[in-house]
Amino acid sequence: MEILMSVLAGILFTAGTYLVLAKSLIRIVLGTAIIGHGALLLLLTMGGIKTGAPPLLGLESASYTDPLPQALILTAIVINFGTLGFFLVLSYRSYQELGTDDMEELRGTEDE
Amino acid sequence: MNNLVILPLLIPLLTGVLLIFFRKQIRVQRYVTTVSLLLLMAVTIVLIHQVSVEGIQTLNLGGWEPPYGIVLVADMFALLLVLATAIVTFCCVLYGFRTIGEEREKHYLYTFIHFMIVGIMGSFLTGDLFNLFVFFEVMLLSSYILISLGGEKSQLRESLKYVVINIVSSMFFLVAIGYLYAITGTLNFADLSVRIAETGQDGLITTVAIFLLLVFAIKAALLMFFWLPGAYVVPPMAISAMFAALLTKVGIYSIFRTFTLIFYHETAITHELIGWLGVATMVLGGIGAVAYWDLRRILAYNVIIAVGFIMIGLAVFTEGALAGSIYYLIHDMIVKALLFLLGGVMIGLTGTNQLREMSGMIRNHALLGWMFFLAAFALAGVPPLSGFIGKLLTLQGAIDEGFYVMAATGLITSLMVLYSVMKIFMNGFWGENQLSVEDEKMSTKGLLFPCAILAILSVGLGVGVEWVNVYVLQAAEVLNNPQVYIDAVLQN
Repeated sequence: MEILMSVLAGILFTAGTYLVLAKSLIRIVLGTAIIGHGALLLLLTMGGIKTGAPPLLGLESASYTDPLPQALILTAIVINFGTLGFFLVLSYRSYQELGTDDMEELRGTEDE
Repeated sequence: MNNLVILPLLIPLLTGVLLIFFRKQIRVQRYVTTVSLLLLMAVTIVLIHQVSVEGIQTLNLGGWEPPYGIVLVADMFALLLVLATAIVTFCCVLYGFRTIGEEREKHYLYTFIHFMIVGIMGSFLTGDLFNLFVFFEVMLLSSYILISLGGEKSQLRESLKYVVINIVSSMFFLVAIGYLYAITGTLNFADLSVRIAETGQDGLITTVAIFLLLVFAIKAALLMFFWLPGAYVVPPMAISAMFAALLTKVGIYSIFRTFTLIFYHETAITHELIGWLGVATMVLGGIGAVAYWDLRRILAYNVIIAVGFIMIGLAVFTEGALAGSIYYLIHDMIVKALLFLLGGVMIGLTGTNQLREMSGMIRNHALLGWMFFLAAFALAGVPPLSGFIGKLLTLQGAIDEGFYVMAATGLITSLMVLYSVMKIFMNGFWGENQLSVEDEKMSTKGLLFPCAILAILSVGLGVGVEWVNVYVLQAAEVLNNPQVYIDAVLQN
């Protein structure tokens, strides 16, 4: 299972990187979202996926699954959602204001 | 256990939330902001006193013992930066009262300044890697908003790039945390340090360390600074000044913390790399600072040069050089804010940021001119001003340890810094006076007071070395001797 998950994380990173390198703004936004998912999957996989009973008080078991990675990605997911939401709004506003979603046209200022 | 440690986080957080309810009452917002920042300074000074008397203060949140729970650690290095942050924010906010404008103030400007401060304070005080990530995000999300607040075309354009770069690097940060957790099974700084010291820093851990360095380097503008000039040029000057003084410093702090406390076993690889990155940063930043005729860009490139210089102290890694870096870091926060604020006054008066279009301002604004002169000299490290001691200690350390190229680059780029700021001074303040008082685009009323506070502090840091040095040496001692930090965290 761990191997499958890490391969999946790799695929997500590849796809995300491809999208971030695109010209169109919406692709970049989606690319960052997909990279984010890859990072979260990797974080979850890194702790070891299922190594024992659920980490609950009162269960008599020789080994328990590490709950920390789940706590970590829970926090990271919330942060990801926040930044993604902000980024979407920002790109929408920029599209309205600047009239383009092509990053090539958003290079420098006139007085340079 | 010391409950005071959480106050630098709690005060700005609660103030920020409180200010949301006073959106329309700008006067209330201003008073509350001033009071909360003064309170923040007072708390930090009390904490600094406690730490200097009793040693490092920690707080285990929720009563969970260190390797398992979340821990806040207030050592001298963090607290000095917290105090500098509070002072700089106070001055920038005072300046902002008169320059930022009602429209932005009504759209939660002070709230987000406070939230950014929460993130910065949290990054300085946190004792584990994942919380560092969380506080980074708090700070970054607020800074995205502060950059784009106002919605001008250039702001939107530059903030897009800033946001993309920071989101991607934050994801790398998560990945690095994942790898480190898989290798060591802990994320607490002190515990990480103990475990890596036990098992030895093998190639895998060094790789993760360099991966982390990459992440922090993007945030600290160490070599990877391509996003910085654009992003620091577009927001209003008071906000730019805060960014220049604070944001990159958080990245620098993280590099110092991780590479003095955790990954200090393979200095031949990691610290050498940091040193050369610093050299490259200084050279490229110096070229940028010399090349432009745009006041704000010159100042933005000066931020980059300072980052490179501070890294030399870490590369040398002796107690003296580290003390020099800490001293220079604090000096840099104060003097960068001062320069940006003064530059903001110059731009405000002339209505342009092109140096070729201004001249002779010293005739009507002598105080402004002299303060800029002072700030320029302090930045370049002319004794007895604040930059000198830090440079002296760092370079002394570098030469003693045989890092001649780094020391030489530091000295040569100091000249580039001096040239670039004197260019601003000579073009802006010397020559024919083109601008009569009636032509000026705004008055300097109330703007010079916050600048004067920072200028006095800058001189004070230089002249009062005797008093400051006690604290700086304490900070350097903890960086140089990780065991002090570990004992304080794990044996409470």
